[in-house]
Amino acid sequence: MAAFIIRRLGILGVILFGSSFILYNLAALAGDPLGDLAFSDDEEAQQQIAGLRRQLRLDVPPPLRYFIWLKGILGVFVGNAADFGLTRENGLVWDEISLAIPTTIRLVTAATIVAIVLGIAVGITSALRQYSRFDYSMTFVVFLLYSLPIFWVAVLLKQFLAIEFNNFLSVAKIGTNTIILMAITSGFFWASIVGIRRKIFWVTFLVASLFTALLLAFMNSTQWFLDPSLGVSVVFVLSIGIAFATTHLSVGLSSRRTLYASLSMAVIALIVYYPIQTILNANSSLTQMFLLWGITIVVAVLVSLFFARMDRSPLIRTTIITASLCAGLIVLDKYMRTWKSYMQEDAINFRPVPTVSESNPLLPQDDYWIRSLDILMHLFLPTLALTLISFAGYTRFSRGTLLEVLNQDYIRTARSKGLTERTVIMRHAFKNTMIPLTTIMVVDFAGIVGGAIITERVFGWYGMGTLFNRAINGQDLNLLMGVFLITATLTVLANLIADLLYSALDPRIRIGAGKS
Amino acid sequence: MMNRTPNTATDSMNPERASIENKELEGLSQRQIVFRRFVRHRAAMVAIIYLMSILMFVFSALDLKFGPFLYRGWWKFDTEDLLDLRFGDCPGGTQGCPTISLRPQFLGGEGIGLGKHPFGQDNIGRDYFALVMKGTQRSVIVMLVIGFFAAAIGTIVGAISGYFRGTVDSVLMRFTDFVITIPAIVVGAVIGARIGNLGAVALAVFLGLFAWTGLARLVRGEFFRLREMEFVDGARVAGASTRRIIFKHILPNAIGVIIVSVTLLLSGAILLETSLSYLGFGVVPPDVSLGLLISTYQDAFSTRPWLFWYPGFFIVSIALSINFIGDGLRDAFDPRQRRKISKKEKKLARSELRNN
Repeated sequence: MAAFIIRRLGILGVILFGSSFILYNLAALAGDPLGDLAFSDDEEAQQQIAGLRRQLRLDVPPPLRYFIWLKGILGVFVGNAADFGLTRENGLVWDEISLAIPTTIRLVTAATIVAIVLGIAVGITSALRQYSRFDYSMTFVVFLLYSLPIFWVAVLLKQFLAIEFNNFLSVAKIGTNTIILMAITSGFFWASIVGIRRKIFWVTFLVASLFTALLLAFMNSTQWFLDPSLGVSVVFVLSIGIAFATTHLSVGLSSRRTLYASLSMAVIALIVYYPIQTILNANSSLTQMFLLWGITIVVAVLVSLFFARMDRSPLIRTTIITASLCAGLIVLDKYMRTWKSYMQEDAINFRPVPTVSESNPLLPQDDYWIRSLDILMHLFLPTLALTLISFAGYTRFSRGTLLEVLNQDYIRTARSKGLTERTVIMRHAFKNTMIPLTTIMVVDFAGIVGGAIITERVFGWYGMGTLFNRAINGQDLNLLMGVFLITATLTVLANLIADLLYSALDPRIRIGAGKS
Repeated sequence: MMNRTPNTATDSMNPERASIENKELEGLSQRQIVFRRFVRHRAAMVAIIYLMSILMFVFSALDLKFGPFLYRGWWKFDTEDLLDLRFGDCPGGTQGCPTISLRPQFLGGEGIGLGKHPFGQDNIGRDYFALVMKGTQRSVIVMLVIGFFAAAIGTIVGAISGYFRGTVDSVLMRFTDFVITIPAIVVGAVIGARIGNLGAVALAVFLGLFAWTGLARLVRGEFFRLREMEFVDGARVAGASTRRIIFKHILPNAIGVIIVSVTLLLSGAILLETSLSYLGFGVVPPDVSLGLLISTYQDAFSTRPWLFWYPGFFIVSIALSINFIGDGLRDAFDPRQRRKISKKEKKLARSELRNN
């Protein structure tokens, strides 16, 4: 194993060396960094040219200059800090990159997580309902999303969603026609998932659309959208729903102990709802959030140990999931109650969906909730654009994998030994579907770090993509190579991690056996 | 393909299905079976007809030059014509809005018709219909060139590396890894700055040189599997040369995988070209492409949205129909693929089984 990893790391080094060498020379061929100055009439141009030439060592031909650059990078191994060289503006490349990385990671993480969760959910539902209306319409939607150029989507979202949604949010009244339309859509959505027989289909349709219509009408009449909140009662009801749902999905409602453990999480959510509000104040911070989450998990484990007798791990897992989701609800509620004061800020002025940059510098920085809500609102559109594109891939992939898995012999065995359909799907099929998905996720994540170029440009984020753009347009070789080195290393490492993960998850695949 | 397809369905769980499938495939060659499955795929058939009509429509619209021959297009304007801007009757006081009208007169519209400038005009009065047609032509050509080069290189590299294995394989695969780490968009950006002014085709060739990696890996995997089959041993024993084994025996069996992934590569290629042109690294003016059109006029979107809608519509239609065709091909080549059998067919088969 260790020998395998070391050998792979060695190969990775060679690959990175080769591709960076190719790129360096390609880029050096592509443009002369002094080109725009050479035609300048400015008297200082000559001096600038001389200065740049000295700084960037332009007198050395590119293939040799590459090794000067490489020497700076390889300084890491002899104990120096890595030297990424200077930008054209005489700044350190590393400074620029270290500013840009967090921005890009924030953008990409949010989009990837949303896309994975939604994609897997939709993909699995559509595999379980193969050849149904739901399956066909999802296939069409996925192909449509596949075919959309991201810049087109992004500009559309910016134009329509931002402006229209802002208009809507400042008035916060849904028209009757829209209510009817949304009710019918949600009716069809749920009915096509649930209903196989015609009668069940129409019953679900009626229930879902009536529920949606009534809910929206109620929200309209209480002006809920202007000052949204869940309140303790809704949080409690939803927590109980979550407890039932997670138990049902993971071990089945027949396991009473698990159900009781999950339900006690809902009760705990009810008990701590008011005390926790004093902790969630303006001085909160991200560390505090993680700390609270840690406490939640500890409590969940303790409570579940009290309920568990044998076969503890599924019970503990279910309880932890329920507890985290309930905690999420309380935080969501807090954000909703921040909404009104956020909208009333002068810097926002009832236009909450922004189209450019990653945060609003005019906002007061003292309240954690307003600050983080602002960051979330800025994430909204770019994340949506990125999600729409990668959602399609995950849906298609998880659908295909699940269908393949369901055809396997061990699924037939599981069914024929009398396991319930839920156990067959969730324990036997779903787990095995996740194996190839995990490896895809890792590679995908690394891929979008470099691929958010267009999204960052449309929404004016200052991330790796913007740096890359600037480097190409300004023929800034060191900057380009810095960005490339980061993204390429990530990609290559992600591939290695994917291979290792695959062998860890799938015992049939042994790593290091035979040639890689 | 011929050796792995169970041409007789033997599903003990489902005798009706087996009976129907057996009867349908009786006496057909592999090629015919694939063709039949493809033709039955309704979405793919609609997509192929739609794509063909769009391509014919687009490529016959403008004047084309083939050496000394000149083809006269049916559209009255060219991309270089500077015409008077239409103004006065446009919404919001804009200029050069589209004259196309799809609402018939009895519904209160102006009747179905194209008008003088169906897609409107750009800011200096050029006919936008002609521009969009030209852009679509360019984008389609770029897409095909990328697809051709990627398919050729990917197949050859994959075939050689999968057939010979060992050292040849590791060298070729390490080389593939080199190319994979350089993202296509980076290549396009770096190359486009230099090659962009050589025209769209040169750019496409270069992009094709970097787009073959995924296909090479697929073909390699397929060759790994196929070269262990008995028919390859048979050919080798019969004295066939290596070249003959690769091209005559193994490659035809891997053609399904290749065709499907090339189709999907094509739809990726058109998106790549438009994205690059949008960033300003792809096709450069005075040449026209769909991505370039969107990028040039994106600031005008709020006031003159037609400059944005029509190129986008063509990108999405072409990519969408190619994706559907690819899906249909995949289903057609996949021996495990099963179509939905209607109740009526099932009933018929059941009664026949009982009678036998």
